[in-house]
Amino acid sequence: MTKKRKHRIVVAMSGGVDSSVTAALLQEEGHEVIGISMQVWDYSQFSAPDGEKFDTCCSLDDIHDARRVAEQIGIPFYVVNFEEEFRRLVIDDFVDEYFRGRTPNPCVRCNQRIKFELLLHKARELNADYLATGHYAQIEQRADGLFHLLRGLDPGKDQSYFLFTLTQDQLARVLFPLGGMTKGEVRRLAAERGLRVAEKGESQEICFVPDDDYIRFLEDERGTGLMAGEIVDAAGNVLGRHDGTYRYTVGQRRGLGIAHSHPLYVVGVDADSRQVIVGPKEELVSTGLVAGDVTWIVPPVVQTVDASCKIRYRHQPVPCSVAVLADGRAEVRFREPEKSVTPGQAVVFYRGDEVLGGGWIEGNL
Amino acid sequence: MIYLDHNATTPVHPDVVEALLPFLTEKFGNPSSIHWAGRAVKGAVEEAREQVALLAGCEPGEVVFTASGTEADNMAVKGVAAALRGRGNHIIASRVEHPAVSNPCLYLEHNGFEVTWLDVDRDGLLDPERLEAAITDQTVLIAAMAANNETGVLFPTGEIGAIAARHRISFFCDGVQAAGKVPLDFRESGISLLALSGHKLYAPKGVGALVVRRGVKCHPLVHGGSQERNRRGGTENVAGIVAFGKACEISRETMVHDMARIRGLRDRLEEGILAQVPDARINGHRELRLANTTNISFAGVEADSLLMGLDLEGIAASSGAACSSGTLKLSPVLAAMGIPAGEAKGSVRFSLGRGNTGDEIDRVLAVLPGIVARLRGKP
Repeated sequence: MTKKRKHRIVVAMSGGVDSSVTAALLQEEGHEVIGISMQVWDYSQFSAPDGEKFDTCCSLDDIHDARRVAEQIGIPFYVVNFEEEFRRLVIDDFVDEYFRGRTPNPCVRCNQRIKFELLLHKARELNADYLATGHYAQIEQRADGLFHLLRGLDPGKDQSYFLFTLTQDQLARVLFPLGGMTKGEVRRLAAERGLRVAEKGESQEICFVPDDDYIRFLEDERGTGLMAGEIVDAAGNVLGRHDGTYRYTVGQRRGLGIAHSHPLYVVGVDADSRQVIVGPKEELVSTGLVAGDVTWIVPPVVQTVDASCKIRYRHQPVPCSVAVLADGRAEVRFREPEKSVTPGQAVVFYRGDEVLGGGWIEGNL
Repeated sequence: MIYLDHNATTPVHPDVVEALLPFLTEKFGNPSSIHWAGRAVKGAVEEAREQVALLAGCEPGEVVFTASGTEADNMAVKGVAAALRGRGNHIIASRVEHPAVSNPCLYLEHNGFEVTWLDVDRDGLLDPERLEAAITDQTVLIAAMAANNETGVLFPTGEIGAIAARHRISFFCDGVQAAGKVPLDFRESGISLLALSGHKLYAPKGVGALVVRRGVKCHPLVHGGSQERNRRGGTENVAGIVAFGKACEISRETMVHDMARIRGLRDRLEEGILAQVPDARINGHRELRLANTTNISFAGVEADSLLMGLDLEGIAASSGAACSSGTLKLSPVLAAMGIPAGEAKGSVRFSLGRGNTGDEIDRVLAVLPGIVARLRGKP
């Protein structure tokens, strides 16, 4: 984007410090900035039954904060209602995945299906040139004419993992003004501008799951006891029982309730037989994985790509090779065996700071 | 900036501002007090009551001031239900009432009352014969608005009033949108209770009234002191009441002239849109409706995108009833009229008022077709 021209830019405002600073900076650069918050969830369903705190990413309090920031910096502000779409495309998928024995990542789904799809469409309807968000990631248009997605400069905040599904069309219309900044800088910019959200805490939880208690959420949605079954070892010996496969994630150690001579870990979840498979630490390790629905930011020119990969958000990238298979799948081989490959999570391929693409983990090799 | 959302609220008339200001400064007394400070304001409240009564076509003693139209609606529905609980537990209400009427009815439905929700036809009209057929020996209240807030469609209050009188049932008419736009004749229409709101007719927000016909049983909603002849506790909002009275007086004097002019602008807007925008259609009966309101469906368009697009051009309009969070839900009014969801989704309301000009309408007509085309993906 050429800095000199004045653009109409929609900023996705969550009411947090990052998107607030994003809006303020773009407005100071002279662009015509429009703030939009997405209402994705009817929070009145959770009117704090026990007076518990329920305050996450896109609650009405946050929409209120976003509105007040927009007033403060003097930009138009709208709320768009995506409750029905969010329910269908993110929440139902989240619940279904857990009931299939997988561990989903709803934030990637929301980016893919809501934020950079529906909201971007809204922005285009408003004749906006760009949609800007407060993500810590960078977009660069290079000599090849293609848009490249790079990690955010702040290694502690880099959010490129959540953005691997972005297409060239989307990248051409999206801005991440905070990609080259650290969280500390962003907070300082917020404080300097007297933004009312400068001191606001981070939102780490899944925005629609109260108190981070996803098990209660799933059981409120579908009922209890449906997925109860046996805890077995790799040889099929029954070691105990559990109250629901969705309570377990690969790599988990706590909550098994089994006395055993050596520590046991969840090494697999089989929704069909409702079995949770456990084993010693060694059984957690695998040499690679198969991913489905693989997408590439820049299409690979060779059949097998040397890369590094992240198999969950809080994971240091590890060296690997990615072999492109038919029907949108890929086979990933780690250079060194890796622990806790978790079906349902995203695997994202990097080269250095650049995101090459990614997919959804189907299983280990 | 072009304001075409007068059914949401109106700017306060300059003469109204002038009339109310002394009651925010030197005339600060409590009308219930016997001393000079109280006397200085008591007369003003009573004068306002007369002004409201003249617009409504009732006796001043029948006017009960409230803090809003919504409060007046609540008082009518719950107050009559409470007073007549021993006589019956059945209420008849149209399906297109404002939430300030339908939600109190729903509340009573959860508390032992039965509610018959009367459908309207494709034009938004109510059939008095069907209303009469719904009456049972348990019916204590008929709730039907004078003019619909979303479409402007008028209900036949005189006919409904005659039916209610024949069956000796109280008839509550929500007149919030009608007041100041069409003549109200409380007495002749056979209305038992009539709700009004100040800010829809160029008075400030925070004042309304319920007209209660002498002899009609209706319990208070707000219990407290003996203000408003024991019908509504709480020290009077004197400045608001004075302003409301003044606004009613101005409305009564200027309504015929203003509405003729506004109707011309509304028709110009409608004709321009229908001529320039394909697949646009007017919702609601073309004749039997308020002169200032038009509700238009744009097929293949989402109303919120259209409203944002208009707003970015400085044009204020709305879609259905404004909702507290500022987000949009499909309109129950259009659904009750049998308008398909796809069409209702793209429905926008323009409601004109005193300040609008022909130039403003032309400006809207210059901008709107392009926005609709863009939203339909055909720029």
